[in-house]
Amino acid sequence: MNLHEYQSKQLFSDVGIPVLEGGVASTPDQARKIAEDLKVDTWVIKAQVHAGGRGKAGGVKITKSIDEVESIASSMLGSNLVTKQTDDKGLPVDVVYIESGTSIASEYYLSLLIDRAQESWTFIGSSEGGMDIETVADVSPEKIIRYTIDPKDGLKETELSTMADSLGLKNNAVAEFIDITTKLFSLAVTKDSDLIEINPLILDEKNHLIALDSKMSIDSNALFRQEDLSLMKDPNQEDKLEVKASENDLSYVSLDGEIACMVNGAGLAMATMDVIKLHGGEPANFLDVGGGATPDRVKSAFDIIMENPKVKGILVNIFGGIVRCDVIAEGIIAAVGKSDINVPIVVRLEGTNVDLGKELLSKSDLKVIPADDLTDAALKIVNAVKDS
Amino acid sequence: MSVLVNSSSKIICQGITGSQGTFHSQQCIDYGSNIVAGVTPGRGGQEHLGVPVFNSVSEASESLEFDVSMIFVPPKFAAEAIIAAIEAEIGLVVCITEGIPVADMIKVKARLKDSSSILLGPNCPGIITPDEAKIGIMPGFIHQKGSIGIISRSGTLTYEAVDQTTKHGLGQSTCIGIGGDPIKGINFIDCLKLFEADPDTQGIVLVGEIGGSDEEKAAEFIKNNVTKPVVAYIAGVSAPPGKRMGHAGAIVTGKEGTAASKYEALQEAGVYTVESPALIGEKMKSVLVG
Repeated sequence: MNLHEYQSKQLFSDVGIPVLEGGVASTPDQARKIAEDLKVDTWVIKAQVHAGGRGKAGGVKITKSIDEVESIASSMLGSNLVTKQTDDKGLPVDVVYIESGTSIASEYYLSLLIDRAQESWTFIGSSEGGMDIETVADVSPEKIIRYTIDPKDGLKETELSTMADSLGLKNNAVAEFIDITTKLFSLAVTKDSDLIEINPLILDEKNHLIALDSKMSIDSNALFRQEDLSLMKDPNQEDKLEVKASENDLSYVSLDGEIACMVNGAGLAMATMDVIKLHGGEPANFLDVGGGATPDRVKSAFDIIMENPKVKGILVNIFGGIVRCDVIAEGIIAAVGKSDINVPIVVRLEGTNVDLGKELLSKSDLKVIPADDLTDAALKIVNAVKDS
Repeated sequence: MSVLVNSSSKIICQGITGSQGTFHSQQCIDYGSNIVAGVTPGRGGQEHLGVPVFNSVSEASESLEFDVSMIFVPPKFAAEAIIAAIEAEIGLVVCITEGIPVADMIKVKARLKDSSSILLGPNCPGIITPDEAKIGIMPGFIHQKGSIGIISRSGTLTYEAVDQTTKHGLGQSTCIGIGGDPIKGINFIDCLKLFEADPDTQGIVLVGEIGGSDEEKAAEFIKNNVTKPVVAYIAGVSAPPGKRMGHAGAIVTGKEGTAASKYEALQEAGVYTVESPALIGEKMKSVLVG
């Protein structure tokens, strides 16, 4: 689960990680009021969306005029921001963050993430602040500094100090760096964050470190113990169908194609998409109905699939293990019977009582095309969509 | 022969009295697995599914001998349950639970390092040696004793590989579902070592998916250490970057974790790769039998 910049900056501020003063506005009036209250002569207006690359996309603007704060906020609010990290529709700007301007002497990159290869937390730093870290890794990998925390020993100040030196920090900035990284680690642990990224972390003209931007992601598996953070979820930044699916306990990802899939198991669901593509089709979604594939889940899965207007055909691929294929077939018949699905449906069942399941499907009045195996199923749905 | 589990495995189930624990323990017992006890805090002294229930793993180990634990404890308490099993020095700990916070798994892995336990999972279907022991949630009847070792990050894709190797008359020596989480217990390499050393395993099926670089590491290991034929399928060629595909670990981040990179590494290591899971059985048959 991603947080907005203003939300993670609030968390930073709560633990004493230096950020600039600012406030969040959902109307141009509020933006003006916040700017007035800040008592500075330069303001930065930042569109709050769950995507990077905002600066280049026009989502971060600097001004010295309070009237412009209002007009910039007015043009950002209610619009969609398209960045290189979003799709071509972009993400809605429902709120903007108004922040005091600052002088910048130099920029750095700093992140703390859960490193799956090291099975622990790793700090990543670079003197190339403000740039996309993957570009830095490509162009000048020697400028990337890593420190993996040994979970048994915890954070080591000497390592942090070495990191500060490697970044070229001097004097008071070294102690500030150690303080910030120590607080970041403690924040990541207490808030179950799997990624905190500060890009850039800046030195101002007085040699003080400040987190100018922030991106924070929370481990969704840990939300049961992070109730306050769950409330920060912004469903407007997510795909509507993905939100609806997750409310129904289904795992769904929207894609661009025309052939919808309904599958039990995440791996098989990915494989089903792959096989559709292999045979010349384009998948419309990833959808895992779960190992159980009970009739209720099948019904809500069909509902979600059919809300996507691009869908021209559906491939149901179920490996019936513990749940018998005849039970799944009944679920499909009930779900399709109740809804007005007008696109071809190919069903491939395998596993327990598969023959009984297939018989039920073929005896029903539904226009369901049975398939024998995964290849057969993919070919049938690709052809059915072509013909329709 | 087989790897990790066989007919003499003595199993306890942590979380046996819950609905999942009850249902799947019964399925395992019906398959012939030797479940000797269950553990549920506060339910000690009762009997469930015909076996005694203890309050803790350590309490169970005072009066009984066992070498495998199967865990169905909810995510909130699952890491604690795994650590209890490690502390009781259980040889193989199989954690089925999906949804454990990743920070909890960092703690578990740190605890695992100097222990005598092997962890399988979490977020996995478990492990089965056909006709001997089923420890997990896989449908037992699709398996057939045979010569193929299966290692997979996905549950239902394991069943695909099992079903096809059964239909092609090859059968399975042992099937290991290593799970879909980013931080987990044993990985491809550990399982490849076991299958390479197992005289009854003649071929190995490796089912990977997008995310991380475990398949690339496995490829490197295969190149230098595995003499038996390996057939591999990687799920997620069509998955968009930056999106989590169901499993917590199935995500392409930047350039890392793509199916293309995994296929390339595996092919370079001499692995027989297939572009559809429907071709796994056929490919293995043609490699082994010609």
